[in-house]
Amino acid sequence: MHKFADRMFITLSLAALMFTLLMLFALLVDVFVDGVTRLNGQFLTSFPSRKPEEAGILAALVGSVSLITLTAAIAVPLGVGSAVYLEQYAKRSRFNALMDINIGTLAGVPSIIYGLLGLALFVRVLALDRSLISGALTLSLLILPIIIIASREAIRVVPTSLQDGAFAIGATRSQVIRRIVFPLALPGILTGIILALSRAIGETAPLIAIGALTYIAFLPDSLSSPFTAMPIQIFNWVSRPQEAFHANAAAGIILLLAITLLFNAVAICTRNHFYKISAHCS
Amino acid sequence: MLLRQGRRCFIYYFMKNHILLITPFFLISACTTTISEEDSAATGSSHMMEDAITGMVTIDGSSTVFPITEAMAEEFQKKHPGSKVVVGISGTGGGFKRFCRGEISINDASRPIDLSESTLCRENGVSSIELPVAFDGIAVMVHPSNDWVDFFTVDELKTLWEPNAEETITHWNQIRPEWPDKPISLYGPGVDSGTYDYFTDVIVGKEGVSRGDFVASEDDNVLVQGIASDPNALGFFSYAYYQENTHRLKLIPVSVIGNDVSAVSPSPETINDGSYAPLSRPIFIYANTDALGDRTVSAFIDFYLDPSNAASLIREVGYVPLPPELYLLVQERVQKRITQSLYQQEGAGDMTLSELLHSGRE
Amino acid sequence: MHARHIRKERLIGWMFASCGTLSICVTLGIIAVLFWETIHFFHVVPLNEFLFGTKWTPLFSEKKFGILPLIAGTLLIASIAMIFALPLGLLIAIFLREYAPPRLRRLLKPVLEILAGIPTIVYGYFALLTVTPVLQKIIPSLAGFNALSPGIVMSIMILPLMISLSEDAIHAVPEHLRAAAYALGSTRLQVIFRVVLPSAMSGIVSACILSVSRAIGETMLVTVAAGMRPTFTMNPLVPVQTITAYIVQVSLGDTPTGTLEYSSIFAVAFVLFVGTFVLNIIAQKLRHSFRFSYA
Repeated sequence: MHKFADRMFITLSLAALMFTLLMLFALLVDVFVDGVTRLNGQFLTSFPSRKPEEAGILAALVGSVSLITLTAAIAVPLGVGSAVYLEQYAKRSRFNALMDINIGTLAGVPSIIYGLLGLALFVRVLALDRSLISGALTLSLLILPIIIIASREAIRVVPTSLQDGAFAIGATRSQVIRRIVFPLALPGILTGIILALSRAIGETAPLIAIGALTYIAFLPDSLSSPFTAMPIQIFNWVSRPQEAFHANAAAGIILLLAITLLFNAVAICTRNHFYKISAHCS
Repeated sequence: MLLRQGRRCFIYYFMKNHILLITPFFLISACTTTISEEDSAATGSSHMMEDAITGMVTIDGSSTVFPITEAMAEEFQKKHPGSKVVVGISGTGGGFKRFCRGEISINDASRPIDLSESTLCRENGVSSIELPVAFDGIAVMVHPSNDWVDFFTVDELKTLWEPNAEETITHWNQIRPEWPDKPISLYGPGVDSGTYDYFTDVIVGKEGVSRGDFVASEDDNVLVQGIASDPNALGFFSYAYYQENTHRLKLIPVSVIGNDVSAVSPSPETINDGSYAPLSRPIFIYANTDALGDRTVSAFIDFYLDPSNAASLIREVGYVPLPPELYLLVQERVQKRITQSLYQQEGAGDMTLSELLHSGRE
Repeated sequence: MHARHIRKERLIGWMFASCGTLSICVTLGIIAVLFWETIHFFHVVPLNEFLFGTKWTPLFSEKKFGILPLIAGTLLIASIAMIFALPLGLLIAIFLREYAPPRLRRLLKPVLEILAGIPTIVYGYFALLTVTPVLQKIIPSLAGFNALSPGIVMSIMILPLMISLSEDAIHAVPEHLRAAAYALGSTRLQVIFRVVLPSAMSGIVSACILSVSRAIGETMLVTVAAGMRPTFTMNPLVPVQTITAYIVQVSLGDTPTGTLEYSSIFAVAFVLFVGTFVLNIIAQKLRHSFRFSYA
């Protein structure tokens, strides 16, 4: 009797699991089948066009890469610096508890609200218009909480015994940070950064809010240049009713998923591998 | 010593074991730099061959005119590599707001500029030249499985779309008793769309006034998708978008008088000669007079108004080109920098486009 | 020499401190921007029309500003998502923690991480172009834009979150409670349903709340697949519009600063922000109390 109930439960759970995996599989297969025929050299090196067979993802790809590079350059120092301050300099106090709530809240804010903040602040007040730098600044704000949280976690696990030892032989706080804490926390910080960037590369809503949805058939050449990005180009193609454009969208999605998966894989490898290395060195 | 050892050990291990990790980033940045360099090299060579058409043209506005401008931009950029044309789809109204702030050089518009917009432009010191570029019809359509609608009269459309119809006229048999008792799903362009403005003006009688309970989108593609997948749908948008999707939609003829004999279906012929009434109209681009000083912008405008380009590209995307002699008149407007709108002339309401262009020659 | 070191230290300290205060500035910035425009909005629109009106037509000539249709659309899709995600997620979480061998768990974790990392525009594509046509074969009167299709796809989207948080909650229940129950002769199912789940309840509720918060804030999936017609309805077969989709709709057409339409997007964004904020705070409090009860 109990065995039967047990078995029923396991069957039900396995069914649930199968359903989930099936949906994931269906999604991947669907996108793959729709788009793989479109994925060729011409697609990767062409600009958008009114003719689906001539349209390509080049402008969006380069736009995304430039955007992510800029975003990383802005968000990483600020985020890691923030985390270092909160874990190393700020005393354990109500301030720190407040910051916990604050950052946790920011991490849960819907991405379109960051887009509106970018619209009001960067596009309108700072008059940066719909440019690469506006997009990068907006995305930086979006991923800042993620980087801060991951870096704080990584810094927190550095053994205080090592830090205290360094202080004991006369190191200053910045030396301790630079030579002990940072190298040991680096794997966790890197993992967090890579995951945050992989999130940023797939974000569409904030970029639409700042007005980046346009026809662009050239590569961005400066910070103030108009730009497009892969999720936006995919959104544009999905919105067109001709099936040929849907194939383009699917091909773009395959590329986007490949990049996202690559980022995630690198992050996981980094995390696993480094914990072995740092064991050697410390 | 421990610290120094630790750091050296760490970085050494990092570099040695993870060269695979770092390489993709270098490769990607190398590729990007190469592509940008190739781009500027191409610009450099065309710099030597032609007189540097390498500037940027910013365009925004109507999603109805967008396919034409997109086609023109594409071909123009192929002819002049190194030039950059950006085209947005904020809607005619949205585009005018940006245009009158001086943010864009050209506005795509599916209706003429109205009084409040010209006032805004004047206040901001922006003067514009109105350039008709093609004819378009507004098509009324339903889902292909809809077999009861054979034609619509203008009065029936008015009953359906006027503000009082909101929440009241919700079923097909309320329009005509012999139609089935099924719900109507309405689709139409949003309020920033010139198509919406024009439709409400000629059907409801007042521009910008209609019921609010329909699926509204500035993006005609979204409307095509919506109508094509909803058996109870009824919607209106530019005929050109219908042409791209004939197998997914059913076109409905429109009658002014009120019987099926006089109902006219939109087609390139009926739009051109005006018999598809009242829903055929010219569509425009508006050029910022100051921007015309830029070599790239003026080259683009010349390209756009060239009758040979117009004939092939405009027809390709589903619109009706103007007769060639009218394009010459439009080009004259650019050369003479005529900034008054054709529709602000005396008696403009009754004139055809050809008459307006001739009388607007100053 | 010593003084220079101290100056340098202080400089570095200030550098880090300025980074540290950045996140507070961001939060204040968000609140300030939303609040400022919302105040402008309420100068024109009365509060009770906004909160209780059932028509949302701010872009048309006859402007109505009742936010209820947008909230209805948002909650409808989130509810459909939770109807599927809650049982599925909980079942899978229990299975992973109580039944699955460690090897299976190690295999499934990366799969769930993949699911969590998929950009939401991909889900939008899937919902519009695959799920909706399939559903239309089953339910012929289903409109092309509807709430059911994005609701189902959204449940898949929030499933990893639901599973990982529920799993944490179940894992945190101390082993001695289970051991005691087994010692008294309970079966595995009895242990799960009478000991583990009740103990993990606040953690699981927290997981649900966070999943709902994520569902409410989702933009691209609903913009692509749910439609652009604000309707005050609970019918999942017709087009609806969520708060996030409305913001996108207005952002696609240009809206200059200072107009009522511009401030309307901030007013609804403010409602969205407050909603997700409150949900997140409640969820965090539940999680904290849950953790500490077993400290």
